[in-house]
Amino acid sequence: MEKDRKLRILIAKPGLDGHDRGARVIARAFRDAGFEVVYTGCHQTPEQIVSTAIQEDVDMVGLSILSGAHTYSFPRIMELLRENRAEDITVIGGGIFPLEDIPKLKDVGIKEIFEPGAKLQDIIGWVRENVKPREAVSL
Amino acid sequence: MGSKSCSESTLERMEKEYSEWQEEYRKALKKMPERLNRFSTVSDLEVRPLYTPLDIKDMDFFEDIGFPGMFPYTRGVQGSMYRARLWTMRMFAGLGTAEDTNRRFHYLIDHGETGLSTAFDFPTLMGYDTDSQLARGECGKCGVAIDTLEDMERLFHNINLEQVTTSMTINPPASIIWAMYIANAENRGFSRKMLGGTIQNDCLKEFIAQKTLMLPPEPSLRLVTDTVEFGTREVPRWNTISISGYHIREAGSTAVQELAFTVYDGITYVEEGIKRGLDVDDFAGRLSFFWNSHVDFFEEIAKMRAGRRLWARIMRDRFKAKNPRSMLMRFHTQTAGCSLTAQEPYNNIIRTTTEALAAILGGTQSLHTNSLDEVYMIPSEEAVLIALRTQQILAEECGVTHVIDPLAGSYFVEALTNKMEEEAAEYIRKLDELGGMVAAIERDYPQMEIADAAYHFQQQVESGEKVIIGVNKYPSERPDLEFVLRIDDSLERGQIERLVRFREKRDKVKLQKAMDELRRRCEGPPCWENNVMPALIDAVRAGATEQECCDLYREVFGTYSDPGSF
Amino acid sequence: MGIIDQILAGEVRATARLLRDIDDQVSSSQTILRELYPYTGKAYVVGFTGSPGVGKSTLVDQLALRYRKEGKTVGILAVDPTSPFSGGAILGDRIRMQRHFLDSGVFIRSLATRGHFGGLTRSTNDMINVLDAMGKDVILVETVGVGQDEVEIAQSAHTTIVVTIPGMGDEIQAIKAGIMEIGSIFVVNKADREGSRKTVREIRNLVELGMRRREESNGWEPLIVETEAVKGRGIEDLFQGIEKHRDYLLANDRGQLDDVLQKRARNQLMEALRDEALKTIVGRLESRGVLIDDLVRKVVDKESDPYSVVQQVLAEELR
Ligand SMILES: Nc1nc2c(ncn2[C@@H]2O[C@H](COP(=O)(O)OP(=O)(O)O)[C@@H](O)[C@H]2O)c(=O)[nH]1
Ligand SMILES: [Mg+2]
Repeated sequence: MEKDRKLRILIAKPGLDGHDRGARVIARAFRDAGFEVVYTGCHQTPEQIVSTAIQEDVDMVGLSILSGAHTYSFPRIMELLRENRAEDITVIGGGIFPLEDIPKLKDVGIKEIFEPGAKLQDIIGWVRENVKPREAVSL
Repeated sequence: MGSKSCSESTLERMEKEYSEWQEEYRKALKKMPERLNRFSTVSDLEVRPLYTPLDIKDMDFFEDIGFPGMFPYTRGVQGSMYRARLWTMRMFAGLGTAEDTNRRFHYLIDHGETGLSTAFDFPTLMGYDTDSQLARGECGKCGVAIDTLEDMERLFHNINLEQVTTSMTINPPASIIWAMYIANAENRGFSRKMLGGTIQNDCLKEFIAQKTLMLPPEPSLRLVTDTVEFGTREVPRWNTISISGYHIREAGSTAVQELAFTVYDGITYVEEGIKRGLDVDDFAGRLSFFWNSHVDFFEEIAKMRAGRRLWARIMRDRFKAKNPRSMLMRFHTQTAGCSLTAQEPYNNIIRTTTEALAAILGGTQSLHTNSLDEVYMIPSEEAVLIALRTQQILAEECGVTHVIDPLAGSYFVEALTNKMEEEAAEYIRKLDELGGMVAAIERDYPQMEIADAAYHFQQQVESGEKVIIGVNKYPSERPDLEFVLRIDDSLERGQIERLVRFREKRDKVKLQKAMDELRRRCEGPPCWENNVMPALIDAVRAGATEQECCDLYREVFGTYSDPGSF
Repeated sequence: MGIIDQILAGEVRATARLLRDIDDQVSSSQTILRELYPYTGKAYVVGFTGSPGVGKSTLVDQLALRYRKEGKTVGILAVDPTSPFSGGAILGDRIRMQRHFLDSGVFIRSLATRGHFGGLTRSTNDMINVLDAMGKDVILVETVGVGQDEVEIAQSAHTTIVVTIPGMGDEIQAIKAGIMEIGSIFVVNKADREGSRKTVREIRNLVELGMRRREESNGWEPLIVETEAVKGRGIEDLFQGIEKHRDYLLANDRGQLDDVLQKRARNQLMEALRDEALKTIVGRLESRGVLIDDLVRKVVDKESDPYSVVQQVLAEELR
């Protein structure tokens, strides 16, 4: 009895800032869109985020950060995903970033950046369009 | 106003004419309907088209409004308000290293700022030194990095600490940063009795909203009470807690929730002080508050007026305070960061201006106005100057400071003030029922109320029911502002090198002794003999870094993470 | 290395992906489960049930720490509810377990009920088997904690822990029918709160009442432990309690362990049977061009009734 696979998404906040308003709002919006959202709260290190993403077998990681430490944490997360052969997990970022940083973040493999003011419906639409549940494992 | 000023016959006539007007209104709407399905404040409090004396007919002028500087302080905490002294213009500033921030302080003072306000970077706020693994990439980004007493010296270089008052936005490590401030001031020959300023030191709103989490609620409260006790005895001009609604609002609460949860936090701190054996009148006068001024003009004014009255009544009736000073809700205000937009950032100047005006008409004691680029990063010098000038123009050109509480008696403002107070009182009853704020926090109650409100607001924005110009109406792209400030990642290396050198030259024996004493006090039952402050002042003098003190706290008291329910 | 070897070698990514397939009921996962089955049966399974907010996740976190001190590896399955409106879920139990995120000896998986009742997910038993095969010594399972019918855990776990907090005596009284019977250990968490002793007494009364009833079937007298999970207080007692219950099960003079294993096997068997039978019947129907929707229509239009339809289908398809 195979069913549609459900999207699993990790919402994580790297860095030391505790402004979780955006992360909580998006987690709820994803739940209401029918996704399974793993939420790990604030102050996550890149190592913790990647370990969680793998154990939870998520299809996507949404990173929310407002502290300006994205220049360190985002590339580090991508590097760790590659080291763990988990680069098939889509990573998106939410927050506010200097404009010149955005191409750099995309260069290291962040698929999309959503800034404050992005509509929840647009973000959900983007996810539906761009993130597909992984293939099943085979023997 | 009140049955005393409105006779029966006047009331009757008013009711009659009010229904006549309603009829007129309905007729007019037939020709052209209302613009919106529903008119409500930014907090989604519905407002009617017209307010009249009927809306405030049960008010009593003396009981509910009265005179400035007199109970119930609805109209202001001082008798003379801005006619004698303007609010303190206090711009939140902190960036990069201590030197960078010191330069910004001098720049602001040179341009007419009247009080200092320090923003720390996230590692400092969370109790980590710059070289901690957890602090990677954060140094100096959202505030100044302070690891040691030496950093504190550099931060306040050439500033007269007996003349200027300093606000420091720091929470779980507040006791340590304050100890550094006191130690530095004394090293420079200032007396602790003369030091004026504020540490934010409001751990409860961290659990509720801002999530700068370190220790569990109970030991957090103990440390806060230690600072209250120490301040009462040793640093009498210092405000030991700035009970903050600001962050609650930024997390997405309504105005009423901001008011209610903050006042309840205040209640909790007073109870803790009393439990410690202090007389309420000895310390309550040094508690100050901190509001967010959001974009809904009248709602904010009403909130601030209601807050003063509510607090005065609580202090008189619940805590039996005798000293009028204990009943004063003195407060700092910051315009709402969350109302700023990245799109068309110059519009932020207009938002900030109306928000600042609301704070002034609400009777604030000090004010930070956001810079137009604050939505991206720490403000640049250009932007911060506009923000400071905004205050100065409002203060000295527009005439809004000439008359005290000029909106008193407005049917709408008084009715809204009443509504704010009533709804906040309802929350306060609920929190009492839940067994107080700590119990409520553990059940995620205030957190959930706020998250619900934030989600509701976001959905209203999505549907266009709430308008944000440049975002969901007349949407535009974010421009590339040329003067946005950038904190370089290389700063981190410099600060770490400095820290390492600092650690090397400390007297290890002396340091160990000081830390042992700090530990002994932390482990002991809370009382004056075990107050952490004297031991902390010794410890930072002996070279203890911020994180070393925090690690000790974490070891003794344990750590805490958010319940995180949805 | 094939998937079986990867799981047996404790490979995290492979295990995580297989768990996902099981949860999504991908049919190939069954083949893999079949291959893994011989390697199961070594792990000790502890279940936690109790209302939301009583501290289950915090206790799981603390116990995991305690087991790690023994050098034991730990698997954790934590279940949260699926929203009946959207089918989505927010899984937040991990927040309490952060200290284990970087410990390769701990594997944590958050699960959503996906419409399953009884406190677990329909995949939980299979997942326990996978974690067992991957080499986890202890598997801690946290139930949703919403319903009063959360007794399923008792069929999956060796030791079932019912978590309460002070002041919940009355509540337990009301739901004792189900919950009281399944607890091997009762925890009164948040013992820092007022009324902890009183709640312990109330539970003791209920336990004694229950003991008299279930005497001959089972010789175990449920333990009652007070804890303050956030501070780690009482965790040692709880740990020792679990060990004691384990010794009791292993003592084997009355076949207690066998009872547990039988219960679990029966449960799993019945569930698999139900699933497979349904799948087979639906498959056969469809191969004959009969759609479930057509049958539903018949019932709605009162052409037939559910009972006759079932009798007819079974008579034809199970010949
Ligand atoms: N005061 C107190 N709070 C606790 C204790 N154990 C857990 N909590 C708190 O109770 C809340 C819910 O805990 P959690 O483990 O998520 O409960 P669950 O929903 O049963 O998994 C959290 O805020 C915990 O910090 C305890 O022993 N004492
Ligand atoms: Mg839980």
